[in-house]
Amino acid sequence: MSKSVLIADDEPNIVISLEFLLEQAGYQVRVAHDGQEALEAIQRQPPDLLLLDVMLPRLSGFDVCQKIRENPAWQPMRIVMLTAKGREVEVSKGLALGADAYITKPFSTQELLAQVRDLLADR
Amino acid sequence: MANRTLRAQRLVALFMLGCLLFSYPLLALFDSDQRVFGIPLLFAYLFAAWALLIVLMMLVIERSNR
Amino acid sequence: MPLGGLILLTSGAYLGILFAIAYWGDKRADVGRSIIANPYIYALSMAVYATSWTFYGSVGRAAASGVGFLPIYLGPTLMAALFWLVLRKMIRISKANRITSIADFIAARYGKSALLGGLVTLIAVIGVIPYIALQLKAVSSSFLILWQYPEIRMPNQGQALGPLQDTALYVALLLALFTIVFGTRHLDATERHEGMVAAIAFESLVKLLAFLAVGIFVTFGLYHGFADLFAQATRLPASDRLLTLGGPAGTYGSWASLIFLSMLSILFLPRQFQISVVENVNENHLAKAIWLFPLYLLAINVFVLPITFAGLMQFPAGSVDADAFVLTLPMAHRQEALALLVFIGGLSAATGMVIVETIALSTMICNDLAMPLLLRWKAFGLAQRSDLSGLLLGIRRGAILLLMLLGYLYYRAAGEAYALVSIGLVSFAAVAQFAPAMLGGMYWKQGTRAGALSGLSLGFLLWAYTLLLPAFAKSGWLPLSFIEQGPLAIAWLKPLALFGLAGLDEIGHSLFWSLLGNLGAYVGVSLFGRQSSREHAQALLFVDVFKVAGRGSSLWRGSASVSEVIALVGRFLGPARAAEAFADYAAQRGRQSSAELVPDADLVHFAEQQLAGAIGTASARVMLASVVQEEPLGMDEVLGILDEASQVLAYSRRLEQQSHELEAATGELRAANARLQELDRLKDDFISTVTHELRTPLTSIRAFSEILNDNPELEPAQRARFIAIIVKESERLTRMINQVLDLAKLESGRAEWHTASLDLAEVIEDAVATTSQLLQEQGVQLGLDLPAQVPPVLADRDRLLQVLLNLISNAAKFCDRQAGRIDIAVQVLPEALRVDVRDNGDGIDPADQQTIFEKFRQVGDNLTEKPQGTGLGLPISRQIIEHFGGRLWVRSARGQGATFSFTLPLGAPTLAAERFSGSETENRA
Repeated sequence: MSKSVLIADDEPNIVISLEFLLEQAGYQVRVAHDGQEALEAIQRQPPDLLLLDVMLPRLSGFDVCQKIRENPAWQPMRIVMLTAKGREVEVSKGLALGADAYITKPFSTQELLAQVRDLLADR
Repeated sequence: MANRTLRAQRLVALFMLGCLLFSYPLLALFDSDQRVFGIPLLFAYLFAAWALLIVLMMLVIERSNR
Repeated sequence: MPLGGLILLTSGAYLGILFAIAYWGDKRADVGRSIIANPYIYALSMAVYATSWTFYGSVGRAAASGVGFLPIYLGPTLMAALFWLVLRKMIRISKANRITSIADFIAARYGKSALLGGLVTLIAVIGVIPYIALQLKAVSSSFLILWQYPEIRMPNQGQALGPLQDTALYVALLLALFTIVFGTRHLDATERHEGMVAAIAFESLVKLLAFLAVGIFVTFGLYHGFADLFAQATRLPASDRLLTLGGPAGTYGSWASLIFLSMLSILFLPRQFQISVVENVNENHLAKAIWLFPLYLLAINVFVLPITFAGLMQFPAGSVDADAFVLTLPMAHRQEALALLVFIGGLSAATGMVIVETIALSTMICNDLAMPLLLRWKAFGLAQRSDLSGLLLGIRRGAILLLMLLGYLYYRAAGEAYALVSIGLVSFAAVAQFAPAMLGGMYWKQGTRAGALSGLSLGFLLWAYTLLLPAFAKSGWLPLSFIEQGPLAIAWLKPLALFGLAGLDEIGHSLFWSLLGNLGAYVGVSLFGRQSSREHAQALLFVDVFKVAGRGSSLWRGSASVSEVIALVGRFLGPARAAEAFADYAAQRGRQSSAELVPDADLVHFAEQQLAGAIGTASARVMLASVVQEEPLGMDEVLGILDEASQVLAYSRRLEQQSHELEAATGELRAANARLQELDRLKDDFISTVTHELRTPLTSIRAFSEILNDNPELEPAQRARFIAIIVKESERLTRMINQVLDLAKLESGRAEWHTASLDLAEVIEDAVATTSQLLQEQGVQLGLDLPAQVPPVLADRDRLLQVLLNLISNAAKFCDRQAGRIDIAVQVLPEALRVDVRDNGDGIDPADQQTIFEKFRQVGDNLTEKPQGTGLGLPISRQIIEHFGGRLWVRSARGQGATFSFTLPLGAPTLAAERFSGSETENRA
């Protein structure tokens, strides 16, 4: 059974591109447009990997990440954070909160796919 | 505060200047029957020195007011 | 034509004006709107120094001794330079201790001694009575001279007028009435008389103007200026003698001694103390008086010598008294109006002096002579009386009348015997006796009561012996042999050459001996005696008045009942005034009423101050002692308390200053740091926001470009969709970059403006036409409400269009999805045009209404769908509108759409208009 990926981003065009890329790579893709929606989607069905934008409406990516790591049931979930703010502080903050990888926008599609593949292959 | 003590000191200095201007021997210098512009020298000197003293006091007071 | 009736009428009118001014001043003071609370009135009222002795007497003195009249005015000028040091301290001490007279001052300084107060009062009264007499004489003889106009005849020497025909008596009575009305209207703890001061200031103005008028008339009317007058005066045999100082040492000596004497009298004449210390409203008024007062003296003396010479030239020797030249010169030249003005000027000089002097002396007599005696006189039963305020006022009024009559009697008895000017100097020398006790008391802590008593007594006796008795002898009250051979023919006791001291003039001689004895006794007795603890406490309060803030209450220990204390004060001030005073005092301490007061040291101190104003410090102490059980303080305790207090004060002041400085420095640092952090944060925020906003479209562009690149086999429809996204995001990126640059230009003021007079309606129609395509696509209706006539505004067309397009596209973006509608309305306001752009969308939360004008803030109504836009449109629009001097704002409520409005100022070039016309020039250049 193919691995599932949840995309949490509020930029429609970025979502479209990610959706296309990941589906093409053979993952099951779901989409959430803000932090709250992302958490709800995870509660319904935890994905294997979460592509999480930091600047999300309602609940920020950092908050979502923290909440996921607080729940033992969701420990296996891989989290890749996406942000347009590429500052060191944010990278370390994300990793400290339990993200597995950190990708800055604009990203290389190949690298993103490789990162996702690596993380999911570990399991 | 410093301004005020400075003002007091300046005024004391003027007091001493005034004492000097209005007493022997400076007074003796002008104690003659000469005239300046037709005005008796001693009379002219006394009023000029007096006016000078007043102007100096005014400057001390009004300048330190600011 | 005789002036008789006119003189009386004018004099009456003048006194009427004085009454009116004094009345008005008192009324204003009662409602708390003082008319004398300014340095000019203060300086003018100080000029009460210039009496009729100046007004008429200066010329008389100049006729006898030439420039010798000047030291009397040079002395005060010199002392004025020391006012800031000496007089200010006197004022501060007096205010802090509620001192109302010189007698009070000296009594309070030396342990609140009633004996000293009495002695000072006695000296002042004896010394000053002749001076009052002199004023009465001046008024009456000037009246008599003017009365005989056009004849110029001196009043007959020794003319036997009955008292009832004597004008001086009526003058005395009238002045007594005036003084009583305005000097003793009510008892006040501060003993200030605002109406009286206003009247005195007015009098000073009148006498100056009158003297200047006659001076100008003589110098420029009778002669052709100073030079001509002095040139003609060389004909006079006395000319040279008058214009130089006679012999060397002797004359320089008397010149110096007169300067010294007048320096002391400007401080210690009772009327000067009254005006410059007691009536002082604000210590800072002193500053201006330091130069204004000498200036006044200079002005009133400039014409003395010209008038003297003119008089000497115009009248045959001996026919006219030189004292009367000021009046007779205009009379001789038929200048009735000027003569009348001179008479009024002399009247004002005399009345001003008499009024203030008698008020000052009556306060002394009441507080330091009558009260202590009455208090001691058990049979009088003062301690048992309930309301003494009436009695106090009665005493003062009686004292004023008595002083005036004494002056009159002295004038009648001695009046013609002695020249005006000598009397004035005799008085000066009498009050100079206060100098050691006063100045010593202010600057020397060791001065004792015994020292002051012996100094004053000895000085007074020597003064009386060397000046007063010779004056009596010259008036024929004592045998002349008393002067010539000395009492009982003992040569070394000759009053004018005591111990054989010759070569000094009378005044210098008397001044030397009396001040030598006075100062010697004061210092000697003080140094070899001991102070009581109370004396020492008072000494510290006086000398250190600028350090210890005038609170003597910490020195008091004892017990009292509040009601007793209030009742006591009520007996002297009147119950109503006392109740009021204590209610104020209670309120200051945050108590509801005086009933809640605690009978502590402060209360007793306050009561003592209140009483001191009415009955003097010494009497106040005695009275309070009757209701207060005081525990005497040991000398060591007093010293301990004071030392501790002053140390603590100094230390805490130093600490306070240091901590203030530290606090200020820390505050500045903190503020600077906060500003830096804020700037840093703003800059960081901006950069990170800009990069974030730019990265977002860039991400899409890069991702889709790579997808297209990696997937050549994509379906054409999919491909076209992706390319469309790339194009759209590229446009977004371009727009954003342009707007960031635009905003940066606007904010730094480097934007280009092409300002012209515009028809706003036309610009709006243009904007609507540009957006009509977009609106049609989205199915949005647009309503336009333009008035028929829109006045032109001054703006940049493209910029205005940019704002309108932004507002319209914003509205289109947020208006109702199904039935979108935008309304644009223009209103012509009185000073501006107002444009409203209203949509029918969901509206904007009040919380967001400010943030939407911040950079990169977008408020989307749909959380899943991010609104398209840069978040820079509104901040840019606002910058543009504000540049034109207008305002851009939004009004909205959730669910009721949003209205963005802006105004543009009409017509006249405003500041903003100037600003952009300026930049326009730059652009052209």
